[in-house]
Amino acid sequence: MPLLTVNGRPEPLPAPATLAGLIEALQLQGQRLAVEHNGQIVPRSLWSETRLAEQDHIEIVKAIGGG
Amino acid sequence: MSTHSITIAGKTYGSRLLVGSGKYKDFAENAAAAEASGAEIVTVAIRRVNLGQDAGAPNLLDFIRPERYTLLPNTAGCYTAEDAIRTCRLARELLDGHRLVKLEVLGDPKTLYPDITATLEATKVLVKEGFEVMVYCTDDPIQCKRLEELGCVAVMPLAAPIGSGLGIQNRYNILSIVENAKVPIIVDAGVGTASDAAIAMELGCDGVLMNTAIAEAKNPLLMASAMRHAIIAGREAFLAGRMPRRRYASASSPLDGVIG
Repeated sequence: MPLLTVNGRPEPLPAPATLAGLIEALQLQGQRLAVEHNGQIVPRSLWSETRLAEQDHIEIVKAIGGG
Repeated sequence: MSTHSITIAGKTYGSRLLVGSGKYKDFAENAAAAEASGAEIVTVAIRRVNLGQDAGAPNLLDFIRPERYTLLPNTAGCYTAEDAIRTCRLARELLDGHRLVKLEVLGDPKTLYPDITATLEATKVLVKEGFEVMVYCTDDPIQCKRLEELGCVAVMPLAAPIGSGLGIQNRYNILSIVENAKVPIIVDAGVGTASDAAIAMELGCDGVLMNTAIAEAKNPLLMASAMRHAIIAGREAFLAGRMPRRRYASASSPLDGVIG
């Protein structure tokens, strides 16, 4: 199975193979997130047109409690 | 000079108390404590989502709402300038172009002391990229001045290690830092109870940022309220100007007309 690395973990390529597809496959839609694709920040407005390929590295972050 | 409001990067806030959002029992307690503190700036951390666990889970920002508070994303947990810069860029994307950040680059997990060399390096890059940097640093008057000169919008020396609750350990350094500063000086870290916050303000600090002192109190809401009052009291005492210290007594009642 073709794999991505998402937050350090292996994940299958979603269908469609885009960032928006990945967010949906992970059931994270609607949350306030920031995403890096191979080290580059991708604005939310470009998620649906950002194609993913095998071995891509994705980081998905959110705000949590901190001092 | 304003009594109770503080202006940071051109924006004025009604409270000189800044609070964190870590270590609370739950989001509801966190939100109630923030409310009781009167703070208008709340720090948040930026972390990876937990895959498979975050779907539908409550979100901090549903409780500490960006419409209600100015969120101050921090770079807590970063040990290199590179990681801190990356975290700030992610925070800016996450918060729709928000430029105000709390920069901290740590040197060691035991003391959580700032790595000043890396902090200076990260500051240069972030200021160049248009971030408004509030910087966590050591209580070293020279380094605080350097950070101001690099363009930080507020300089935030520690009073004692993060989460230690030890209070203001070096009042004379804090005093020197305040006297030399042209940007707000905010004590960040080390406050344990209300008197510590009052002392920081009496020394002339422009504000205090705290998390653990409220979150780890037995009653966080009551401590949040105590801190709100301590900041106000300390500020007023600073502006009022304290009496001189004397080694011996000075009678408050007239000496004339005493009976006998």
